Amino acid sequence: MADTAVRTRKQAPTRGEPRRVGRLPRAAVHHPWWFALPAIVVFAGFFLVPNLLNFYYPFTNWSSYHADIAFTGLDNFTTIADDGTLVRAIRTTLLYALLAAVFQNAFGLVLALLLEDDTRFNRFFRAVFFLPVLISALATGYVFQALLDQDGAVNAVLGTDIPWLGSTTWTLVVVTLIHGWKWMGLSMLIYLAGLKGIPGDMLEAARMDGAGPWRTFWSVRWPMLAPALTFNVTTALIGSMNTFDIVQATTGGGPAASTEVFNIYMFRIFGQGLYAQASAMSLVLFLVVVAVAIPLVIGLRRREQLL
Amino acid sequence: MWRYGRPALVLLLAGLAVGVPLWLVLVTSAKPQAEAIRPNLDPPAHWQPGANYEDAVAQGEMLRGLLNSLLVVVPSVVLVLILGAGAAWVFARRKSRLVSAAYALCISGLLLPPAVITIVMELRQLGLAGTRPGMIAVYTGMYLSTSIFFMTGFIRAIPMELEEAARIDGAKPFRIFARIVLPLLRPVIATATIMVMLYAWSDIFYAFFVLGGGDRATLPLNLYKVASAQLYLNNWHLVFAYVVVMSLPMVAVFLVGQRKIVSGITSGAVK
Repeated sequence: MADTAVRTRKQAPTRGEPRRVGRLPRAAVHHPWWFALPAIVVFAGFFLVPNLLNFYYPFTNWSSYHADIAFTGLDNFTTIADDGTLVRAIRTTLLYALLAAVFQNAFGLVLALLLEDDTRFNRFFRAVFFLPVLISALATGYVFQALLDQDGAVNAVLGTDIPWLGSTTWTLVVVTLIHGWKWMGLSMLIYLAGLKGIPGDMLEAARMDGAGPWRTFWSVRWPMLAPALTFNVTTALIGSMNTFDIVQATTGGGPAASTEVFNIYMFRIFGQGLYAQASAMSLVLFLVVVAVAIPLVIGLRRREQLL
Repeated sequence: MWRYGRPALVLLLAGLAVGVPLWLVLVTSAKPQAEAIRPNLDPPAHWQPGANYEDAVAQGEMLRGLLNSLLVVVPSVVLVLILGAGAAWVFARRKSRLVSAAYALCISGLLLPPAVITIVMELRQLGLAGTRPGMIAVYTGMYLSTSIFFMTGFIRAIPMELEEAARIDGAKPFRIFARIVLPLLRPVIATATIMVMLYAWSDIFYAFFVLGGGDRATLPLNLYKVASAQLYLNNWHLVFAYVVVMSLPMVAVFLVGQRKIVSGITSGAVK
């Protein structure tokens, strides 16, 4: 991955093009800005501007109960802090993201290593394991609700009576396992791409030096997978902080709000018409993501360069 | 031993992890309501897939949902691809501080969460709340980062000489873009298409805020409605009929673009 969102090292300009043709610099003639403008305008208008507005509306009383919007300072934040929702939502979301990223990457890497060789058999099963990625997260949630319900299929097969989705401690782990299951195919594909990028003579050389499969994995494959790992861990961690559908479909945030991640809270509170309060939570999500993403990307990029 | 152990393990994992859930969906969607109340892995005693899908079409407003989904997702994907390709071309070829800054800003959407609540506010002020153009604008804004990121990485790997050769023949930028850059982008377009489709086709979160329920509800919103009625109706058979119909288009897109998706991910994300 040559370009992550945050660049840790500035790249030296590689090509010193002489600027002689015409009065304008070459780039302006050959690759004019107006090719990029529509994208920049749409992105700014419908992504950046709402995110900027999100630094104002949490400090107002915007709701379906007020005709006009007035500035109220930190009221919304004190409300969610005082009733304990804020800390709980941060804790739940971070834990969810961490576990989901671990499961998704572990499953993906194991699958990639199992299906590495380019045989017909492997190509077929890669598609099979990619299937959950194609099924919507909401649908995935319902499938697992039917499987894991106390009256559901898993208990019927095992002859048990376990409330898989009813524990205030373990249900969060179960839901992150489902998240990992849904997205493992994408991680697998990216790890496969990383494995394919390892030069064959490197593995050959390791074999000539008498390295076994384990040794080859830890000394050659794993370090060479660093860019794939960076991409996978970043997207998995950040993506799962933005989770909604799987949790909504399996638990709806329960039991006893033990799986209430940021977006579930926003969904619920927005439905009650408390827009500014939902917006306050959205601002917190934004700040938490930034606080996690920047050190993560910088750290992983540095690791890549060290390996 | 590993020679046989590995395929055996793959088969076992595939059967347990993918086969069981898939089987559950397919058999339940073919069962009569009475059998489907407690979802299990038994094959239906009485097969009635046709009746269930008819019910889902009638009660769950499946056709309208499908149409609504298409009317929102297709324009979003097209816009994301066209706008993204244009921007990626400029970002990949020009070198200056301003370009780097604009690029960094445009792919910030890969990491940052969309501010969904204030999007609603903005759309209301623009008169786009609850409308398809509003939904399309939101999806386009959200997923542009993905396509710009993949495409810029890909264009950087295309030799400049191809463009230069056309330029010497007198081609203007638009012609070069349309005739040389876009065709070369085909693999990464496939990747971006499936990524954006994956997100937009199955999205319920943003659709809930922007479109709400009503006449313009997309398939996932309808599925949510059908499943939320679950408490009173016990309609697992309908829920899973819905799941099948919602998933088929994505599976079809994947099967068509499979090869290119893999090569696009290889060159775009992992280098």
